[in-house]
Amino acid sequence: MRMLTFAKRNAKEILRDPLNLFFGLGFPLVLLLLLSVIQANIPVNLFEIQHLTPGITVFGLAFMTLFSATIIAKDRGSSLLQRLYTTPLTPADFILGYTLPIVPIAVAQCVICYIAAIVLGLDITVNILYAIIFIIPVSILYIALGLLCGSVFTDKQVGGICGALLTNLSAWLSGIWFDLDLVGGVFKKAAYALPFVHAVEMERAVLLGDFDGILPHIWWVLGYAAVALIFAILLFLRQMKRQ
Amino acid sequence: MDAIRTVGLTKKYKDTVAVDSLNLSVSEGELFSLLGVNGAGKTTTIKMLSCLTTPTDGDAFIDGKSITQDALGVKSVIAVSPQESAVASGLTVKENLELMCGIHGFEKQKRSEKIAELTRLFGLEEVINKKAGKLSGGFCRRLSIAMALISEPKVLFLDEPSLGLDVLARSDLWDIIRSLKEKVTIVLTTHYMEEAEALSDRVAIMRNGKLIICDTPANIKKEADTDSFEQAFVRIVKGATE
Repeated sequence: MRMLTFAKRNAKEILRDPLNLFFGLGFPLVLLLLLSVIQANIPVNLFEIQHLTPGITVFGLAFMTLFSATIIAKDRGSSLLQRLYTTPLTPADFILGYTLPIVPIAVAQCVICYIAAIVLGLDITVNILYAIIFIIPVSILYIALGLLCGSVFTDKQVGGICGALLTNLSAWLSGIWFDLDLVGGVFKKAAYALPFVHAVEMERAVLLGDFDGILPHIWWVLGYAAVALIFAILLFLRQMKRQ
Repeated sequence: MDAIRTVGLTKKYKDTVAVDSLNLSVSEGELFSLLGVNGAGKTTTIKMLSCLTTPTDGDAFIDGKSITQDALGVKSVIAVSPQESAVASGLTVKENLELMCGIHGFEKQKRSEKIAELTRLFGLEEVINKKAGKLSGGFCRRLSIAMALISEPKVLFLDEPSLGLDVLARSDLWDIIRSLKEKVTIVLTTHYMEEAEALSDRVAIMRNGKLIICDTPANIKKEADTDSFEQAFVRIVKGATE
């Protein structure tokens, strides 16, 4: 009950910010439309709608990191968290209260992307439903990264680190915009050591119905999500103690 | 029973002693002010009393509950209005009050009654549907204190409640604080001497983590042999330095 009240407040704060709505829901749609237009004029295998959409749904989750990091950093800065630490809310209430409301937003973003993709010519199959379900662990990874950043950085720092650095990292190292084989070498190795490209390849495999192709990517995603969540919880508790 | 009693309350940060063996008691319904120059230990004391930081040594009892042994029990009887606004800026005034009601687990009926009561008491009717982030400083501070009072605390900590407010907003806030006297025990920290003198039953002055005097404003002036409370504060703090 207490946790749900807190989660509801967090959802309201996020959804009432028009910039959040634009970047969270509008920006991935703009990218989908733009790249589909490019694909129509200059066909590129990578930008075919069944390849592009899973990548866009994963890239859009970078904004979930920004949402979660910003709201925590702002709450720390305004002393709202300090006030709430003197209430009966437990550490678990705080962590779940910040995490849970962003999961449905991430799913909604994914659903909207797939609706747009269907309009742009994606075949309607049950695999779309599976792809939406598989986006949940990926969204946990991105939200945990936000929880981690929000516990450490100020809201201004969060804008730079999550808004610029992480967004670019998850774009360049995910194989959405260009084939990583074209670069190869250390760049490709670094990309495959991180979870972003695995999340994209997992989603692509699910959408194509190639369920064997989910492996080993899902383990990378789950592993990174678990590690990020553990670190996020530890850092959140540390800053809570420091208050 | 004392609302607050500290016993050798101490907080050390590496080589610094922020609060040094503090012994004081605050009676139920009393408005008690903590004064001191920056770094005197006021905020650390409030943080320990509100279970935001643990003491290095000693203990304190709020409504008989130990801050070191029963933090949850203490949290159920206290509320804090921090120095910063500490409101959810994207929510309306009513939603902020509802948030605190929900966090304290109030039923729908009690929630409505409590919100109506505090809205009336703090004169928030005209801004009830306005987003907290759009409020003036005075209304924001009123909302902050109203949010603290939602849980019907026995002890309310007000950290610099009138900081940054204009003269009229400060006067309105003082009226509200006066109206709370005797209904709830209030611990106030402030840098405004006239505020401490006008509102407090008793004042404690701290320096370098130590309590140097704790008495009524009138007795403190008498002790310092002056009619001005500000002058008395300066003399006492300087006297403790020399």
